[in-house]
Amino acid sequence: MTDVSHKPSPTSQGSFVSLVMRRIQSHWRQIITVIPFFWLLFFFLAPFFIVAKISLAELAIASPPFTKLVEWTDSGIVTIRLVFDNFVYIWEDSLYFDTYVNSLKISITSTLLCLLFGYPIAYAIVRSGPVAKPLLLFAIILPFWTSFLLRVYSWMGLLADQGTINNLLIALGIIDEPIRMLYTEFAVYIGIVYTYMPFMILPLYATMEKLDNSLNEAAADLGSRPANTFFKITLPLTMPGIIAGSLLVFIPATGEYVIPDLLGGGNVQMIGRVLFNEFSRNSDWPVAAAVAIVLLFILVLPIMVFQYFQGKASEEQ
Amino acid sequence: MTVSSPSGAAPWLDQNEQQPLVQIKGVTKKYGEVTAVDNVDLDIYPGELFCLLGGSGCGKSTLLRMLAGFEDLNGGSITIDGVDMANVPAYERPTNMMFQSYALFPHMTVEKNVAFGLEQDQVPKFDIADRVHDILKLVELEDFKKRKPKQLSGGQRQRVALARALVKRPKLLLLDEPLAALDKKLRKQTQFELANIQEKVGVTFIVVTHDQEEAMTLSSRMAVMDAGRFQQIGTPTEIYEFPESRFVADFIGSANIFEGRVTEDGADHVRVQTEFCEVYIDHGHSVKVGSKIWVALRPEKIRITKTEEAAIGPNQVSAVIDDIGYLGETSIYKVALPNGDIFDVTRPNQTRPTHATQQITWEDKVNISWESSSTMLLSK
Repeated sequence: MTDVSHKPSPTSQGSFVSLVMRRIQSHWRQIITVIPFFWLLFFFLAPFFIVAKISLAELAIASPPFTKLVEWTDSGIVTIRLVFDNFVYIWEDSLYFDTYVNSLKISITSTLLCLLFGYPIAYAIVRSGPVAKPLLLFAIILPFWTSFLLRVYSWMGLLADQGTINNLLIALGIIDEPIRMLYTEFAVYIGIVYTYMPFMILPLYATMEKLDNSLNEAAADLGSRPANTFFKITLPLTMPGIIAGSLLVFIPATGEYVIPDLLGGGNVQMIGRVLFNEFSRNSDWPVAAAVAIVLLFILVLPIMVFQYFQGKASEEQ
Repeated sequence: MTVSSPSGAAPWLDQNEQQPLVQIKGVTKKYGEVTAVDNVDLDIYPGELFCLLGGSGCGKSTLLRMLAGFEDLNGGSITIDGVDMANVPAYERPTNMMFQSYALFPHMTVEKNVAFGLEQDQVPKFDIADRVHDILKLVELEDFKKRKPKQLSGGQRQRVALARALVKRPKLLLLDEPLAALDKKLRKQTQFELANIQEKVGVTFIVVTHDQEEAMTLSSRMAVMDAGRFQQIGTPTEIYEFPESRFVADFIGSANIFEGRVTEDGADHVRVQTEFCEVYIDHGHSVKVGSKIWVALRPEKIRITKTEEAAIGPNQVSAVIDDIGYLGETSIYKVALPNGDIFDVTRPNQTRPTHATQQITWEDKVNISWESSSTMLLSK
């Protein structure tokens, strides 16, 4: 490579290429860090500022349907209009507040349910034999191979009044009338826990896999019964996996739209549905944007807590 | 046996006086088709520092893990202090183990690690603090008690592991390769420390090791293990000076082993005819005249004399220096015998090598000889 670049190039283009190549070679470390930087800039930070800008505008009959942030008047004066009415409106209208609380209630409960079921599943996979382990892991990842939407629709078929589960229970004579499951909070929980379970299991599996079994043996050797060993040794040492898995479930579950819409119908209010209604039915982009910004800040908090714990954990190592 | 020991210091010799602390009877462990431990018997007495020595996969660690209660037995029984351990889970056994990886709890400080075992026994809080302090003082780690294991050096971690295992005052301490993770210099130093600590606390130690030097330095008695069986059990001196088999002679230290046939079997001596010389042994050995036998000689017990004259008489052979390895403290001479065999002979370098005339060098004609008491006879 260097041999080529040192030869005098026949054309100016050739020397330009070799110059670029040399630059890339000597600065590749900086270049590699620049890529994620630009990725975040274009796909996270810029959209965030656009949404923030819209949230500070007013609804207007225009295209797009909101007032401009910066306006040039004829007299050459630049006016910047920041309207906080949308945020005041969200705060004052109890619909939004209740929906945020309900979303958090559902996402926190779902996260705990995922943890409750996911932890023993991950533990069992870690302890399984060399043949079963890859198969079980494969089974965990397998649902991703079909569309998420399709899987939620199949739950509708299972949970409906005339659905598979009710039909089966009636056929078996356990119940006389179908149990109402679809379009209830129960259905939303099922949908969320089912959909996000792999995101809980995989980080848990990754932390448990690294745990040295001799730690369990050492605890037993020192007189600790299995249950005590679990709470004193295994649980604290798998905490990074618990936190990572919980965030991976909690964050998307809070803003979830498809599952409450399809499985909850109109009976389960979650902020994702409200956001969608504001945006598409009411065409109120500024309020929709404000709802999104508030949601973002609600979610940033647990991420910061997570970062704090991670920083503390890496400090210890 | 010519091993002399003050009475009481060798409880395995006067078996009427003391009950063994650990009784291993016919213990067998199988993993599928593989027999890891094959019907072994062993008694270990209180206060012993017993080493299980063997290569990897010989079953020594499996036996230790069965004592700790981490592995089930496929046959036989283990009794500790008179109690059959068959249905006693690991967390109720009067043993503690020091793991090869140390298995320190990474999320706990040194202090918490050491206190963990005492907390399980519901020891009062002030008592725990005292005992943790005392044991950390013993292993010289008082100043490190607030540190996490990751903030310690390898040697310090090793001592935390030892303190954690000792603090419960177990009847029996099991140590799995306790020094393997340390570098050579630290290992040598720690060997003596470990033996001193054992003497101080008076706990019975069973140490698993693959390092024969470690076993020799540490143990009051040791067992050489191979293929799931004990090849020989005895004091380090017994095992080094009186190995019973070619495996043991070769595994512990190095040995020049050659074949011969018994020509005379007296009450206090044995004569063996080999390919290159007659061997005279000045102690009795239960052998049959005419039977095939192996003779083993330790390299450091062979003398080299530079001479042109042919060797006459038993226990000496004419030879030629084939190669010399200078190791600093000693030199190793590869000596070619008339039949083509090569013997290793080591000599301490008590003076600096010079080009003086008596210096032995390549292609020199020499005689090698040894004391009739140094000869080891091996029937298997």
